[in-house]
Amino acid sequence: MNHSSKGPEHFHSQAKAALGDPQLRQNFRGAMDYLQDKRKSAFHDPVEEEKIRDLSEAIRQRCLSKLPQLLELLDTNCTRNGIEVHWAENSDEANDIIARIAQRHEAKLIIKGKSMVSEEIELNHEMAKLGIECLESDMGEYIVQLDGDKPSHIIMPAIHKNKQEVSDTFEHHLDNFTPTLDVDELIQTGRTRLRQKFYDADIGLSGVNFAVAETGSLCLVENEGNGRMCTTVPKVHIAITGIEKVVEFLSDVPPLYSALTRSATGQAITTYFNIISSPRKSGERDGPLEVHLVLLDNGRTQAYQDADMRKTLQCIRCGACMNHCPVYTRVGGHAYGTVYPGPIGQIISPHLMGLDKTKELVTASSFCGACAEVCPVRIPIPDILQRLRTAAKNPPEADMIPMTGQASAASTLESLAMKGFAFAATTPTLYHAGTWSATKLKGLMPDNIGPWTQCRTSPKFADNTLHQLIKTRNKKKGETS
Amino acid sequence: MRIYPAKPKTVYFYGTCLVDMFDPEAGLDAISLLEQQGLEVIFIEKQTCCGQPAYSSGYTKEAKLVAQNQMDLFVDPWPVIVLSGSCGGMMHHHYRRLYQGDSAQATVEKFCNRVFELTEFLVNVCRIKLEDKGDATSVVMHTSCAARREMNVHVTATQLLNQLQNVELKIPAYESECCGFGGTFAVRHPHISQAMVEDKTRHLSETKAAVLVSADWGCLLNINGAFEYQGQSLKGRHIASFLLERIGGK
Repeated sequence: MNHSSKGPEHFHSQAKAALGDPQLRQNFRGAMDYLQDKRKSAFHDPVEEEKIRDLSEAIRQRCLSKLPQLLELLDTNCTRNGIEVHWAENSDEANDIIARIAQRHEAKLIIKGKSMVSEEIELNHEMAKLGIECLESDMGEYIVQLDGDKPSHIIMPAIHKNKQEVSDTFEHHLDNFTPTLDVDELIQTGRTRLRQKFYDADIGLSGVNFAVAETGSLCLVENEGNGRMCTTVPKVHIAITGIEKVVEFLSDVPPLYSALTRSATGQAITTYFNIISSPRKSGERDGPLEVHLVLLDNGRTQAYQDADMRKTLQCIRCGACMNHCPVYTRVGGHAYGTVYPGPIGQIISPHLMGLDKTKELVTASSFCGACAEVCPVRIPIPDILQRLRTAAKNPPEADMIPMTGQASAASTLESLAMKGFAFAATTPTLYHAGTWSATKLKGLMPDNIGPWTQCRTSPKFADNTLHQLIKTRNKKKGETS
Repeated sequence: MRIYPAKPKTVYFYGTCLVDMFDPEAGLDAISLLEQQGLEVIFIEKQTCCGQPAYSSGYTKEAKLVAQNQMDLFVDPWPVIVLSGSCGGMMHHHYRRLYQGDSAQATVEKFCNRVFELTEFLVNVCRIKLEDKGDATSVVMHTSCAARREMNVHVTATQLLNQLQNVELKIPAYESECCGFGGTFAVRHPHISQAMVEDKTRHLSETKAAVLVSADWGCLLNINGAFEYQGQSLKGRHIASFLLERIGGK
C-alpha cells in the first residue's frame, strides 16, 4: 500500500486515514514496542544513561555555540584533505550543485546510502528531471522506493511494513521472486538485486552523521555495508549534510556515536562505522577519485538565531523521540507529511518549511514529554513546541526576529476566547459566576459536545463548586468553635 | 533533585479549576489530609485557574496575566499545595519560563519553589505515615504526564499507596504512556486522542483493579468519560479521597 502523503497541511486527514488502518497501527505499535525495549536494555544503568546524556548534550551545545567558526574550519580542513566543499542555502542550490557534478561526469545512475537530507531536498525527483536515476541502497529505503513511497521513520524507513507486505512489494516489482516470510531471504533478495548497481553507478551519495571540523572528515554510521559500498565503489562520492552536523573534535564523536546507536536501535555499536577523510590517494587501490561535501542550510540558521530554538539543532537523528511518541506510534511517519516526522519533525520542520505549512503539526502533541525524556542530547522538545505554538499564534515581539510563517495560525475567534479566559481567570467574581453556573446549570449540558463525545460521555459538573463547599465548611467551623 | 523544606505550620491550598468544578469533595478530602498532619490550611477564595490552557495553546501573554494574578494571591511565604501534577508543573516550572529575562524573574522563582503537588508534599515534607483501615482491595494508578515527567510525583503517589497494607497496587501495561487528554489536544486532534484513550482505558481495565486513582483531574475527565462511554464500571477518583477513606478519615 502506498502511504505517501500530500504534505503537513493535510496532517488531520492523513492522521485520520492512518488511524483507520488497523494493519498499519499494529505494525507501528509492534515496531515501537520493540525499539523501546531495545533502547531500555541498552541503557540498563540509569546513572550511566544520565552521564551519557549530559556529555552528549554538552558536546552538541559547545559545537553549536561556535557553529560558524566550526563550519569554516571544516571547510578549510576538508579542502586541505582534497574534499571539495559546497555551500547550499536551500534545496534548489543543493540540487544544482549535485546536478552540476553529475553532469560533469555524465552520470546516469546515482546510488544512495541512506540520507534524510537528500529526501529533504527531493533529490531523486530533481535528478529524474535531468534523466539521472537515483537508486536507494539502504534496504528499508529500497523497499520504500520500489513502492514509490517515502520513508516513514528517519532511521528505519520501511518500519510501517511487516514482512508480508515486504514480500508483496518484492513480488509486485521484482522479476523471478518467490514470495516468502523468511526475513533473511527477503534481505538477501534485496542485497543480490542491488549488488551490481554499486558497480554500475557513476556516483555514490551519502548523508553524514558527524562532520569533524578538526580533521576535515566525515563519519557515517550504518549497519548494512551499503554506505561503505556507496562511498568507496563509485568513482565519485557526494556527501550531503545539514550544517548542524559539524562537531569540533574527533574525540567528540565516540560519545555521540554511543548515544546515537543506543538510543536508536539499542546497539552498543553499529556493524559499520566509516570515517572518510579524503578521496583515493595515489598508490591506494580503492575509494572514489572525487569526494564532495554539500553543506545545506535550508532554514537551519533561522533556528540557530534563537537561543531556545537552537537546541533543535542538537539533534543527532536517532529517532528515539518518535519511537517513544504516543502520537507517532498511533499515526506513523507518513501522516506528518514531512521528511522528518514525529517530535523532532514537529520542531525542525517549521524552520525548513515555514510555520504556515506546519502550524497543524505543532499542535499535534499532548505535551506528554516522552520525547524529551529519552532524547540523548536532551532537546526540550515540548518547551520548543510551546514556543512554536506561540509563534504560530502571535506576531513577533519587537526584539525578535520573525519566523517564516509567523502568526499564520492567528485566529480572531480563538484569540478572543483566550482573552476571555484570561479575563475570567483574573476576575474572581466572573470566574465564580462561571463555575457556579456550570454546576447549577449542569442539566443543560448537552450529551453531544462535538469531538469530545465521539468516544467519551460529556463531563459531569459537581453539584457545588469547591469554593462553595469551603465557604460552607468554614461557616460550620465558625459556628462550632 | 528537589530540596524540601521542614514541615511548616501553615499551607496555602490550590484546588485547581477542574477539581473546583468536577470533584470538589476531593478538595475537601485533601484539606482534611493536610489538617490531620497538624497543618493550618488556607484557601484563598480569589484563586481561579493556573493559566495552563492559554499557555499550552500558545497564548503566552494571556497565560502570564493569569499567572501574575494567581501569584499575587499567595503573599505569605507558605507552601502552595496543588491538587494536580499538571497544574503543579505549570506553576512550578512554566511560570519561571513565562518570566525568563523579566525583571520579576527572581520573585517568580521564589514563588515557583513554594509550589508542591499534594502527594509530593505529604511524602517529602509531612513524612506522612498512613494506617490502612479499609478492607482488602486492589488499585491501579494513572499519573498525568506532567505529574510524572515534570514533577516526578508518580513516585510519591506510589509511595503513599504502598503504605496501605490492605491495598494491592496493580501496574498497567504502558503505565507511563499518555492518556490522550493534553488539554486542548483532545479537541484539536480528537481522532488521535480517541486512539490514545481507548488504549489507556483498555490497559487500565486489564489490570482488573477495583479502583482507579489519579491526582490529575484532567486525565480523569478523559479516562472516566471514556469508561462511561464504554459502559465499564471502573471509575477513577482523586487520590486524596481514596487515601482519606482508607485511613478512616471519612
